[in-house]
Amino acid sequence: MVTLYEGAIIALLVGGVFFGIVAAVGLLRLPDLYTRAHGASKTDTLGAGLSLAAAAAALGSGLPTVKVVLLLVFLFLTNPTAAHAITRAAADQGIEPWTSEDRGDGE
Amino acid sequence: MTLVTDALLVAAGAYVVLSVVILYRIVRGPTMQDRVIAVNVVGTNTVVIIALFAAALDSPGVLDIALVYALLNFLMSIAISKFTVERGGVM
Repeated sequence: MVTLYEGAIIALLVGGVFFGIVAAVGLLRLPDLYTRAHGASKTDTLGAGLSLAAAAAALGSGLPTVKVVLLLVFLFLTNPTAAHAITRAAADQGIEPWTSEDRGDGE
Repeated sequence: MTLVTDALLVAAGAYVVLSVVILYRIVRGPTMQDRVIAVNVVGTNTVVIIALFAAALDSPGVLDIALVYALLNFLMSIAISKFTVERGGVM
């Protein structure tokens, strides 16, 4: 018999792993740096957030849960910032975005 | 081994498999920034894996390692993106 508590944790974990898979597929299959950063940063942030929410729910109440929630807030703030900084560095270096004219000789 | 413990460990294993798959982009990625983004995603997955293990094995001291790893991961991305351009004004 699955209680509501266990069901909520398992649903959060399934959602987190699903978005992790989406991030991995985006990193492997998309054609250039900017689309990969776009796909990976957002879906991976959401997947990590859902999985950390599951961990926080499984730890019960107390100081460890506060630490996991802090970790979640920190990842939600820093992950998109890091992706933005890396793509901005790439744009400053003069890496051209992929367009539909490049189709055929792309990755 | 309760159901929640099993689910947390299975999710941690799935994240390990995903990180190994992303290693393809780190090895292959044509530009340096591709590799940095892939390493960043692997680092985020590592933080999640450490947190899931802390919850599954009920050892809250491990969470401090996850916090420090998240900080170092962010610092690595910012440092690399700042010192690979000439003027360094990416933030």
